[in-house]
Formats: sequence, structure tokens, C-alpha cells
Amino acid sequence: MTDLVDFDEAVDRYDPVMGLEVHVELNTASKMFCGCSTAFGAAPNSQTCPVCLGLPGAMPTVNGKAVESAIRIGLALNCEIAEWCRFARKNYFYPDMPKNYQISQYDEPIAFDGYLDVEVDGEIHRVEIERAHMEEDTGKSTHVGGATGRIQGASHSLMDFNRCGVPLIEIVTKPIVGAGAKTPEVARAYVKTLRDLIKALGVSEARMEQGNLRCDANVSLRASADAEFGTRTETKNVNSLRSVERAVRHEVERQAAVLDAGQDVALETRMWHEDTGATTAGRPKESAEDYRYFPEPDLVPVAPSREWVEQLRGTLPEPPTQRIRRLTEAWGFSELEMRDVVAADAVDPIAETVEAGCAPQSARKWWLTELARRANEQGVELTEVGMTPQQVESLQKLVDDKVINDKLARQVIDGVLAGEGEPAEVVDARGLAVVSDDGALSAAVDDAIAANPDIAEKIRGGKVQAAGALIGAVMKQMKGQADAARVRELIVEKLS
Amino acid sequence: MALSVSDVERLGRLARIELSPDELEQLAPQLDVILEAVARVGEIDTSDVPATSHPQPLTNVFRDDVVAESLPVADALAMAPAAEEDRFRVPRILGESQ
Repeated sequence: MTDLVDFDEAVDRYDPVMGLEVHVELNTASKMFCGCSTAFGAAPNSQTCPVCLGLPGAMPTVNGKAVESAIRIGLALNCEIAEWCRFARKNYFYPDMPKNYQISQYDEPIAFDGYLDVEVDGEIHRVEIERAHMEEDTGKSTHVGGATGRIQGASHSLMDFNRCGVPLIEIVTKPIVGAGAKTPEVARAYVKTLRDLIKALGVSEARMEQGNLRCDANVSLRASADAEFGTRTETKNVNSLRSVERAVRHEVERQAAVLDAGQDVALETRMWHEDTGATTAGRPKESAEDYRYFPEPDLVPVAPSREWVEQLRGTLPEPPTQRIRRLTEAWGFSELEMRDVVAADAVDPIAETVEAGCAPQSARKWWLTELARRANEQGVELTEVGMTPQQVESLQKLVDDKVINDKLARQVIDGVLAGEGEPAEVVDARGLAVVSDDGALSAAVDDAIAANPDIAEKIRGGKVQAAGALIGAVMKQMKGQADAARVRELIVEKLS
Repeated sequence: MALSVSDVERLGRLARIELSPDELEQLAPQLDVILEAVARVGEIDTSDVPATSHPQPLTNVFRDDVVAESLPVADALAMAPAAEEDRFRVPRILGESQ
């Protein structure tokens, strides 16, 4: 069991410093240096060739679209774009890399010196970007013979090189200092804002759960804000926004305990385990010299013309924080309401629902209440919950047209999520439409009045607010399939 | 620039080659000779020569993002010392406590 220090105490005694490395898998059709497909889920090793298998004599050629995406990411992160840069070989022996080196960039990244503003609790934190560089992904290993597919205790491993050579952009922040107790939240907000930006750029699917966007978190502690940086650890395997926050928090708590005990934090890679909410030691970090970087002799330099860069700058989407401000105003939400929307990751679904014709407050209501709850229960992202923005708009239209009420709408959502079709189809199939036939309603109201003579008397005496009990009785008899406002009208009509 | 035995040991580890104490003793001076030979290049005055990593004075050689045919799986695996379930089989990976 790892010793931990309570988080609040830890940040009281130590100043956390954090650096985040995010790998973004681009959505190009072909790989970074060869024409093999990047499609996900193909049969093992069916998307390989001499280049990505590292066969002798095979020569790489750069995918121009990947360079374009890299420049657009750099520009969106307010980076300088290199006028001239090269690829470099990063040498290491590991079976996920058949060439025994990864083609990456070393001291000449394509983009550098940028920033990304992220918001935590209404406060803007500027995260400085050190660099964004191009590289290639590695293969996928399966460990055989051990428990639950882990390396430990495995008898051997099997390699699928389909992912080998898929274009990656690695985005590295400068040390993030001064966030104090907010450090874990800043980490999460940064990855989330970056993910939204990447999605808006359309250069990657940017789905963390599918590994299109992966985060490594470097964390260290120092005695005070003016002390030198402490020894850092690099936590890998952080594959959800929630994990980013938890992993950083955990490392702060763990390192504080190590330092409190008078020991040194080891410079190492640590693995995050979602199930236990803890990190464990991985391999000791190799130093940069150990990778023996040198310029890639098989590729010529990349020298993006300023005209090209400016043309790409013209294709950038609105920056995320600016977009949030604009939408808050356009939708007429309060800042607090919008903060909840952002926290629930509901901006895009609501935007699409509004675009489909729904009133912003109605769209917000469905996404933040019913659908957020169900996404939470299923443990999926809001966009994966199984109801499209168009369906939410149709649902609200049924409510607006008084075909159903809010309570029945929840059953309609159940039906849509269960795969029973469009909202209107669910209403038909389940017979959920409210009874608009005044004859049936009228009879139910008469029954309720007869069954509750004392309440009826109060209403006759002018206590209209007592009608609630009668409405409840009518709704019960109608199995909820009535418009409460119409029921109230009928009751008041009959008792005045 | 005498290469020490511990330097060679470190190189061996990075290259994942196991070396016996005898081999380390034997290799250190041999590698030293090679390094000294290469170091002679440094005697030339290159202050006017720009560093170059590619013989062709080209930049921006890109290909279009078009999918080309991959190797048949059997061909891809043909030279693998061992394969299993259409994957390359490798010995167990050590040095990770994951």
C-alpha cells in the first residue's frame, strides 16, 4: 500500500509543478511515412508494408496532409511555425517498433512557443506550449500467458504493427507553475480544451477512450514557489479526462509522502491504474542521450512557406474560450449555467440541438438532466449516450406541440435509448401521447372530484391552489398521459 | 578519449547485448580505436561548412494522403522468426514492472 498525504496538506507544504505531454493521433487516411491505411480495427498486420515494418532498404516519404494538420494544430495553439525543420531518429529497442527507432522530431519541432488559455472555476489559466512535433505511432502488443494481459508474468508477447507509423502530433507544455491546489483541475481543463480544439480543427477523432488522444502527466513537488524544481515522475496510461485529474492528484499525494519521509522521488515512468486510482512504478526513464537522436537521413527537411502557413491560418476555427463566450450570450445562459454545460461536456450536443431548431434552455434541460444522468449511469461520454441532437430536438417539439409532457418525454428517452426508433415512433409504439380527447379527460376529472369531495369544496371556496391534489389524482388515472395545464383548466371550469 | 569499461557496459545495455567482463575489457580499447579514427574528421576546419543531414538540397518532398496497397499478412509475417494468431511473436519483455 502506497503512503499518501492528504491532498490539501500536500499542497499546503509543497508547490506542485506539472508538465503535460499529449499525443494526438491524426485522422489521415494513410500513415505518416507510407501508404498503408490507418483504419482502426483491421485484421492484425493487414495494414503493413516494408516501410512501416522497417525492412532493409525501405524508404519513408512524408504524408503532406499530416504536415498540414501539424501546422494547423501549431497555429491553433498560438505557436511559431518553423521555417525549416527536420525529422530525427529516436533510437530504442522495444518490440513495438520494428525499425528499432522511431521517426520523430528532436531539437527542430515544426511548432514551438505557443499557449492555450483554459478556464477553471471562471478563472483563466494560460498554459504555455513548449512545442508540437510530428512523429509516428508504435505497434500494439498483446501479452500472453500472464494474468489479465499484463506484461508481468507473461510468457511471450504478440505484435500487431497496423498502428505502427500512424501520424502522431506530440504537444508538450512548458512547466505549469502557480496552479497550487488547482493543479489537477488545470490538468483536466487543459486536456479537455485541447481535445475540443483538436476536434474543432477536424484533424483527429480525439477520442481518449479509443487512444486517439493520450496524455502523459509529469508531476514534481518543490518546497516553495521560489525553490528549484523537484524530481519529476511521468505518469502514463491516463486515458480519460477524469483520470488526468485523478492521476495528477494522486502523484501529488504520493510524492508528498515520499518527501515527508525524507526520501527522494525516483525519476521514473509510472503507470496509472484506473481501477485502483493509483500509480505504480514502470521503467526507469532513459535520458535523452540514451535515445541517441540524430537527423533522419532518409527524409529531406520540411520548410513550410509563409504563404502556406498564412493560408492554413485562415482555416482555423474559433478558439474554444471565445466560442464559449459567444455561445453563452447567444443562448442567453447565465455564466453559472454555462459552466455546468462546459463541465458536463454538453456544449457541442446543445449547439447541434439548437441548430436543429430547439430552444437553448430546452436543449440544456434535456442534455444536463436526463441524458447526463443516463450517460453517467452507463459510464459513457454524453455524445455516446445513444440519442442524437436531432432526436432531442424532435422530443422537445413533441412536448411543445403538447403531444407529450415532460414526464412522458422521459419514457420516450428510455425508448430511444433502447433502440425503439425516433421519438415520434416511440410515442406511437408505446402509446405515450397525452389524451387530448376532452371527453376522456373530463370523465377522469369528474371521477377525481367525486372521490375527493372535501378538496373539491375548498376549490369551490376559492382555494385554487388545492387543485394540485386533484390534478395528481387525474394524472394517476390517466397513467400520466395528460396535459396537466389542461387538467387544471377543466377542474377550475367545473368547480367555479 | 579513452572509453571506459563502464561506458561499454552502458552501450551494451542500450543495445540490449549482454557482454561478459572479458568482452568488456576486450571491446573498450577496440571501440576506442574506431572513435579515434572518426575523431580525426574533427581536425578539419568546418566553420564555413553548413551542417547537412541529406545529400540532396531538397525540401518539402511530400506524398498525397492516399491509401496504397499493404502487404498480404502472410508476406508481412514471412520473415518473422515466430508468429502466432497473425501477429509477430516476441520473447517476454523484461525490465518493466507494469
